[in-house]
Amino acid sequence: MTGLLAGLDGNRLLRHVLGAVLITFLMTSLIVGLELVATQTGLSLRPRYHIVLYCVVVVALGSTAVFALAERSWRLPMLVGVVIAALLLVPLLTGNLASDLAFLLPFPVAPLNWLALLLPAFILIRAAQLAYASARPPAAAARRREMTRTGKLVSLGLGLLLILVAFAFPISPWGSRQLVDILTIVLIYIMLGWGLNIVVGLAGLLDLGYVAFYAVGAYSYALLSEYFGWSFWVCLPLAGLFAASFGIVLGFPVLRLRGDYLAIVTLGFGEIIRVVLINWYEFTGGPDGIGGIPRPSFFGLPFQANPPRDGGETFASFFGLSFDPYHRIAFLYYLILVLALFTNWFTIRIRKLPIGRAWEALREDEIACRALGLNPTNVKLAAFGIGAMFAGFAGSFFAARQGFISPESFVFIESAVILAIVVLGGLGSQLGIVFSAAILIGLPEFFRELEDYRMLAFGLVMVLIMIWKPTGLVSHRDPTIRLHPRGDGR
Amino acid sequence: MTPLLTVEHLTMRFGGLVAVDDVSFTAEQSQITSIIGPNGAGKTTMFNCLTGFYQPTTGQLTLAGERGDFLLERLDGHRIVRDAGVARTFQNIRLFTGMSVLENLMVAQHTEQMKASGWSIKGLLGLPSYRRAEEEAVHLARSWLDRINLTEKADWPAGALAYGDQRRLEIARAMCTKPVLLCLDEPAAGLNHTESHELNDLLRWIKEIHGIGILLIEHDMSVVMGISDKIVVLDYGKKIAEGTPAEIRDDPRVIKAYLGEPEEEDLPDIVAEDLDLDPGAR
Repeated sequence: MTGLLAGLDGNRLLRHVLGAVLITFLMTSLIVGLELVATQTGLSLRPRYHIVLYCVVVVALGSTAVFALAERSWRLPMLVGVVIAALLLVPLLTGNLASDLAFLLPFPVAPLNWLALLLPAFILIRAAQLAYASARPPAAAARRREMTRTGKLVSLGLGLLLILVAFAFPISPWGSRQLVDILTIVLIYIMLGWGLNIVVGLAGLLDLGYVAFYAVGAYSYALLSEYFGWSFWVCLPLAGLFAASFGIVLGFPVLRLRGDYLAIVTLGFGEIIRVVLINWYEFTGGPDGIGGIPRPSFFGLPFQANPPRDGGETFASFFGLSFDPYHRIAFLYYLILVLALFTNWFTIRIRKLPIGRAWEALREDEIACRALGLNPTNVKLAAFGIGAMFAGFAGSFFAARQGFISPESFVFIESAVILAIVVLGGLGSQLGIVFSAAILIGLPEFFRELEDYRMLAFGLVMVLIMIWKPTGLVSHRDPTIRLHPRGDGR
Repeated sequence: MTPLLTVEHLTMRFGGLVAVDDVSFTAEQSQITSIIGPNGAGKTTMFNCLTGFYQPTTGQLTLAGERGDFLLERLDGHRIVRDAGVARTFQNIRLFTGMSVLENLMVAQHTEQMKASGWSIKGLLGLPSYRRAEEEAVHLARSWLDRINLTEKADWPAGALAYGDQRRLEIARAMCTKPVLLCLDEPAAGLNHTESHELNDLLRWIKEIHGIGILLIEHDMSVVMGISDKIVVLDYGKKIAEGTPAEIRDDPRVIKAYLGEPEEEDLPDIVAEDLDLDPGAR
């Protein structure tokens, strides 16, 4: 052991590792170290020392590895890496992960075990990255600049591939009803993320009440169809319009505020909308919500088993298919996909227009903007209004998909999740938002098995992303206009 | 001929503190008017009044340029730039550091570009009229980049430029708003000899080629004495002298403001040495 640690400052290493171990011990002993069990006399707490011990050992090894790598001593982390790889590989090859690792992985559910396995590997990769960066700073920096050029092509190709896969997915053999449903939800959040990205990522206005505009969109469609019987296709643009006007009306008084103050006011606005929806019982149905919202039709062809009473055809009978509820689910999926892609196209395009540049300039320096003759109020209002409009579109789709909405769906945590998607994706990055929405919305759906631990995993993922990529998953910014074509070395 | 800018009885109070006290002067077209004075004399405060960042307590600021006559104290900050055509730079450089050099110059042309893009509608549709307008804007930006030798670095983030380049870029950015009056707040601060020489050339070139008025706050006397047509000296918010560089150099009130009461007979030598009021010395 001493040979492996040669050249390292023993005291600092010890302090580093002990600190990490202590924190891990304190956190795990309270969170996973105690189990509630029912005994004959009632409930009692049973300590689970082995889990705490396991966590402590993993963290001790991991933090040693990080420290050693950071000090550029390679041998110990290599050893740790080999041990972990062996532990991972042997059971994978024999194909019996759960029973072979039962002694090491004591958690009752599979995803948690997987997490416990992946965590050390994750720490190791991160440590290697740190060590590499510290060992060869100039070379690494040059490489990074090179990477952004190819990285741009990669992300473009990746984007196209994702779009193709997204279009092909429901008709592919993997397109099950459950998966398409989950993806529809993910797509709603991607669209919301792209919309909020205009406000937060481009214009730099921290909006904590974005879900209010989502609610305005949803209730616009629900109420218009309930009171006037208007169809989804008429209400969709109207919902966007209403949400945008709400955005502008809210914007007028609050946009002279900055940063934290703006965040608080938008947070308050989000709550006001929700409270109004709850209390205006005669109009919105209050906490009972609105049910029986009509589903969108396919150019007038409804998705239902029997033809409408007033004659006419259904989607299935028109195309000579037998009725299948999957048709409607796939149709809703395609609808939100097109809406989301429209949002994406719009954002990419407007970023390269004067107003988009003005947003980014405003984010960088408002005073300089004023000194260049930009009217900050108008620029901010445009960002607020357009961002709200996309939330309105997404909201009316949400109402049409659910068929039932209530104020329950528009609580603050939704705003927080959308904001987290934008921030984790890398402010201003379109592709990053897709990834972070998939991680933050998709993974919890897949990990339903974890039950209450889901939020723990959610938090862990956020913390890990912030450690690994403090500026978001995709943080590269490309100029909106170039004088020299890319790749000529300038 | 009416002067380009007429400042009459400008006073700016912050509570009990009088930062600018009843200052009047004029600035002409195609001339460089410098404002000098010890630290805290109220130079930047006066700039902030002129460019709409502060609302003056009293006084009248008249601008009579190509775009018509304006009373600056009655306009909103952004309209002073957009309508009246007064551009400014800042003492601590305020570039959009995360955006590219070219983008900085494009943002400066926002007002025209916004109209050309049909408030973004024509731009979203990609109509040729907008694309032409954008090309023109790039052309203007390019000509400025050529002038300040930053064409090669046009796609760099502005924050990655060297300090002197950032200073020049900020001036170019202000010029891209096509102003009639350019206000520069200590443009030579932090520049070395070569760079401040280049700055002198640039400012003289702007004055001659573009024929606009330049208002300059500066501490670097080699710049002030070398290029000014007229100098206004402030001390404790009051104007204590006004005149050509030669007049100012010999003005006893100015010497007193900078060095205090004379105690020795050989004061003029000290002035020449410490203040470097003589441009020939550099």
